[in-house]
Amino acid sequence: MSNPIINPKNLVYEKSSVLLDNTMHYCPGCSHGTVHRIVAEVIEEMNMQDKTIGCAPVGCAVFIYNYINVDFAECAHGRAPALATAIKRLNPDHLVFTYQGDGDLAAIGTGETIHACNRGENITIIFINNGIYGMTGGQMAPTTLVGMKSSTCPYGRDVQLNGYPLNITPLLAQLEGTCYVTRQSVHTANNVKKTKKAIRKAFENSMVGKGTSVVEVVSSCNSGWKMSPVKANTWMEENMLKAYPLGDLKDK
Amino acid sequence: MEEVSLLKGNEAIALAAIRCGADGYFGYPITPQSEIMETLMAQKPWETTGMTVLQAESEVASIYMVFGGASTGKKVMTSSSSPGVSLMQEGVSFLCGADLPCLIVNVMRGGPGLGTIQPSQSDYFQSTKGGGHGDYKLIVLAPASVQEMADFVDLGFTLSSKYRIPSMILSDGAIGQMMEKVVLPPFKPRQTAEEIIKQCPWAATGKPANRKNNIISSLELDPSKMEKKNVERQERYRIVEATEVRYDEYMCEDADYLIIAFGSAARISQNAVEILREEGIKVGMLRPITLWPFPSKVISKYAEKVKSMLTVELNAGQMIEDVKLAVNGKVPVLHYGRMGGIVPNPEEIVDALKKQM
Ligand SMILES: Cc1ncc(C[n+]2csc(CCOP(=O)(O)OP(=O)(O)O)c2C)c(N)n1
Ligand code: SF4
Ligand SMILES: [Mg+2]
Repeated sequence: MSNPIINPKNLVYEKSSVLLDNTMHYCPGCSHGTVHRIVAEVIEEMNMQDKTIGCAPVGCAVFIYNYINVDFAECAHGRAPALATAIKRLNPDHLVFTYQGDGDLAAIGTGETIHACNRGENITIIFINNGIYGMTGGQMAPTTLVGMKSSTCPYGRDVQLNGYPLNITPLLAQLEGTCYVTRQSVHTANNVKKTKKAIRKAFENSMVGKGTSVVEVVSSCNSGWKMSPVKANTWMEENMLKAYPLGDLKDK
Repeated sequence: MEEVSLLKGNEAIALAAIRCGADGYFGYPITPQSEIMETLMAQKPWETTGMTVLQAESEVASIYMVFGGASTGKKVMTSSSSPGVSLMQEGVSFLCGADLPCLIVNVMRGGPGLGTIQPSQSDYFQSTKGGGHGDYKLIVLAPASVQEMADFVDLGFTLSSKYRIPSMILSDGAIGQMMEKVVLPPFKPRQTAEEIIKQCPWAATGKPANRKNNIISSLELDPSKMEKKNVERQERYRIVEATEVRYDEYMCEDADYLIIAFGSAARISQNAVEILREEGIKVGMLRPITLWPFPSKVISKYAEKVKSMLTVELNAGQMIEDVKLAVNGKVPVLHYGRMGGIVPNPEEIVDALKKQM
């Protein structure tokens, strides 16, 4: 770094070399940016930039490839685990991961998710659960909480009308093909550290062929939730984490 | 000496895929083409050529596995029959939007809906006009024999990777199920990782330090850039139309009447031509091998010479629209078709032709 103000000796944090310089399009306070940063750092630390192929979702993270500097395939909505399956099988020495929202993973792509996990594909699935469809403007997601408002359940999710929140991660943990299933968050510095550890472990599992790793990150979507970023974090802790408690669900 | 085998059309596709160095097959069972995956699984090519074969959970998953494999520059394919191919259409559109090469085999059965498991050619529109959303084309090859089933696998892959347009082998239950003598193509090694990086510099193969990250995507939010991408694709389509048209002519030279038919309908029509010729009626048959690009030029040339044309199709009249466009009103064009899995006999075609004389 040639910045004269910064004495390299005093540097405590540096942007990952696997992150591109493009300004992120995410709303301030959104969890996506933080998770991107973690993914980039882990790829850098594992020295896997030239061996990584990411599968981008359709959702707010659709432009993930503008931020994380590895090769990417842009998937149709929900189909990332199918792409990742073939990419990994045809390129077994590569690190292959999907990055998916709750609509992508637990609604339109439920089938692909369950079957990739059940086959034990040696991939990592990073699952951003913000309980809403962020990209399309805040509609109800499969993980929207009971009573939680969205543009398609403006009076709050009503189980008579909409059914129950789909708690998909414990379901994936039950499948023989998954080796590591964990639920994390990035709303505090400590949680960011834990999520980073989880993603590192998941990526390592993928490279040694232990099966499918799933890292759910319970996230906030302040725009979709119509809250300030700070309020969204508190609300997430008080509500989302009750329905989706953090911790490892499986580690084999 | 060439080795001659007796094979079903579906088996020929599978064995040809292994031999021509395919990297991966992804599919979901459906009659009348399940023998393709069954043959591949029985062959265990992962132990010989290293080819991956995987039974997916649906045709949706199959086509997106193809998308994934193609994204990394691999030679990948899927096969299905009509209802399954309908389910794949979103993925086909995405493959075209991302300009990815691959091979899709449709062994057609009668529809619409669950329809019948008997042969049909009623997916002509879907295959040649773009069955999914957006402006796109597939290179569509129509085999009329088991030999062509085998030969078109390599041809399909070659054309597809040359133009970065998905290829489709559009066959039907009759060709898929019938047994004929066939000479399988010679073994070709699969491409190495280095060859793929050289031939497909666009592919997601892992980003080295000296290039920017490769992104396989059909997304572009800037309308002017999106239009440019479309224009470039259309220009490529015009090149394919100018250079890759394939067809077969049978007794056309002195013909007063022309039958136009593809695939299994062409097999039967050929018999009809023979019967009519014996009766002294000068009939020829033109068999489009590429349904897209369509042999419009040669058809419009015959429109100057013959009295009328008859399309014979196992559908309600689909290819006839392309024939009429080529003929441009110069001579009458009629259609004879059977639907619902009925395959006509040559006499029906003879009668249909005589009626228009
Ligand atoms: C086949 C298809 N159906 C619908 C859409 C529209 N769509 C785009 S993103 C999205 C939901 C995204 O929500 P989620 O996966 O939770 O991601 P988030 O934006 O919340 O991160 C939908 C419905 C689409 N692109 N494709
Ligand atoms: S809409 Fe929600 S998920 Fe999308 S960028 Fe904004 S905060 Fe993040
Ligand atoms: Mg979401």
